[in-house]
Amino acid sequence: MKIGVKIAIVLLLFSFLLMGLGFMHQYGVPLKSSMDDYFIKHAQEETATNNVVTSIVFDYRGFDTLGEASVLFTAVLGVVMIFREAGKK
Amino acid sequence: MKPMSKIVRTVAASIGWFVFVFGIYVIVHGHLTPGGGFQGGAVMATGVALLIVAYGGWSAEKCVRKERLPVFESAGLLTFILLAFGGAFLGVTFFFNFLANKGGLFGDTLPVGINPGIFNSAGVIPLMNMGVGMEVLAGISLILFAMFYGTKKVREGTCLADNEKKEEDA
Amino acid sequence: MFYDLHYITIVFLIALGIYAVMFQHNLIKIAIGIDILESGANLLLIVLGYRNGGVAPIFTMAPQGKTMVLPTPQALTLTAIVIGLATTALMLSLIVMLYRHYGTLDTREIRRLKG
Repeated sequence: MKIGVKIAIVLLLFSFLLMGLGFMHQYGVPLKSSMDDYFIKHAQEETATNNVVTSIVFDYRGFDTLGEASVLFTAVLGVVMIFREAGKK
Repeated sequence: MKPMSKIVRTVAASIGWFVFVFGIYVIVHGHLTPGGGFQGGAVMATGVALLIVAYGGWSAEKCVRKERLPVFESAGLLTFILLAFGGAFLGVTFFFNFLANKGGLFGDTLPVGINPGIFNSAGVIPLMNMGVGMEVLAGISLILFAMFYGTKKVREGTCLADNEKKEEDA
Repeated sequence: MFYDLHYITIVFLIALGIYAVMFQHNLIKIAIGIDILESGANLLLIVLGYRNGGVAPIFTMAPQGKTMVLPTPQALTLTAIVIGLATTALMLSLIVMLYRHYGTLDTREIRRLKG
């Protein structure tokens, strides 16, 4: 492909992404924050932690962490299987 | 990979253990300060990477005891899953924090508001942090060792191997 | 139309990542492009949850009288970073296997060779 066609496609992509910025909210004023206000108010009574992010990752949304640990396990399984016979001296 | 010079080996041997202790601190204090299982496991894997680069892969493999790493990783993930089932066996939902606010192991209650933290709090969460930290450390170390073995096989077909042969003959 | 500097950085990162995946011929450059795309997506997640004049959502020795930022996007970004690590590790080992089999890293040659 010629260099002009490449530059035209990249500029078209850039303008699409910039146009999508028109629908974002103003920086610093989130639109709906009722769920996070509940988490900040009640995390110390229900889970007895000072760190609200850890209580979300391991207590309120622990199911996502279970999926993530399985993904990491499967990736390590795949990488070790590829370099298997190179490890024996 | 060949081991590096004597200055690099001495500095790596003195500093590598501080990296491990810092990683354990980040894992264990996950419920009081920013950190937790995933971040602490990545810090400890950086220590293992330092040992591999400074000493060469074959010596680092004997020091870290690579044959026990898959057992370590599976034990970490099994700890996490069994703690998640603990709530289901007691009659409440899956992933229930059955040790919080009960008084016992990790069971103190916290005053609401800004406070210096109490270590003995937060129920099941520090145990889950340690399980996930073990899994991340063993997993990333296994990836690093597997990629180190891969460099030997790639080298045999390229011009780097011919240069090394000429050095050995001369 | 809120053209803030943070949003423009995110658009720049995503456009750079998509350009690298579409128009480059070296396999390692394509892998780097996928990595830049993941970084742009993680940055977008964190920028969405900011409040003006907020502090970190941790109660240990926090400063008095300030509001806290939203903690949920930070928890989602943690998961996304770990999944990005797993993707990059598998991609790089597959590239090593391709080089061992074909002897070259150019996608135009690999498309012609076919075993």
